[in-house]
Amino acid sequence: MDVTFYISAAVAVLSTILVIASRRPVHALLYFIVSLLAVAVMFYVMGAPFVAMLQVIIYAGAIMVLFMFVIMMINLGSDARGSDRGWLQPSAWLGPSLLAAILVAEVVYILAAAPLPSASTVEVTPAQVGQAMFGPYVLGVEMASLLLLAGLVGAYHLARRRRAVTPAGNDAPDALEEKLP
Amino acid sequence: MTMTTVPMNHALAVAAVLLGLGLAGLLVRRNIMFTLLSIEIMLNAAGLAFIAAAAHWRQADGQVMYFFIITMAAVEVAVGLALVLQMYHHLRTLDLDAASSMRE
Repeated sequence: MDVTFYISAAVAVLSTILVIASRRPVHALLYFIVSLLAVAVMFYVMGAPFVAMLQVIIYAGAIMVLFMFVIMMINLGSDARGSDRGWLQPSAWLGPSLLAAILVAEVVYILAAAPLPSASTVEVTPAQVGQAMFGPYVLGVEMASLLLLAGLVGAYHLARRRRAVTPAGNDAPDALEEKLP
Repeated sequence: MTMTTVPMNHALAVAAVLLGLGLAGLLVRRNIMFTLLSIEIMLNAAGLAFIAAAAHWRQADGQVMYFFIITMAAVEVAVGLALVLQMYHHLRTLDLDAASSMRE
């Protein structure tokens, strides 16, 4: 099991380097998703399957989709014509696919080497996490829910487009609004 | 089958490397998208350190802390991306140096 940890650590570090070194935000996003998946494999190997699932579903799923939506909305105005062709070039998806293939091979190896972990082999079971979360940490969970509500209201308020005099180009918001549905 | 034979020091070293990479990206890149991604990298590294500690001491508290970190990251991304949209609508660019009017 050790070797899978170190391989996924190497994948995480490599893809993180490629995140901060890539020129286009979409490429960086793909590499960052691979980095998150690699860290999820590390979580699983370290005996935290619940957190590994959270990492895949919430981080690599929901939060990265949010990033992708914003990148797509911003790209709509400037260079939307050639974007499809840019996506299909191997330079966009070959690197992340190779790194993700390494992770898939690791997961297959883990599942083949051992059956699905039962409650006795996992270091910290999801039941323990739940008992801690809704036992001593219940106030923190409530505060987290309040934080999510505040973030929801704040994001709505900030992202709303209002008619205001902008410092740079007063007809810029109108031009974008015609392109966006 | 023993799940954890990985020493905590190695996991913490990986977390430190990831945090350093995120900090480097935060300092080097001037695109606001990369700034947000670098902050996410650093938050993820902090979560990795928590999970390493939780696995070492076999306590659930580290995973609860990771849950809080992921909640905070989700909220931060939502508000940050709303700010990105506003900045793009106002300035027509994602360059952070274009939004330095408070400095001058």
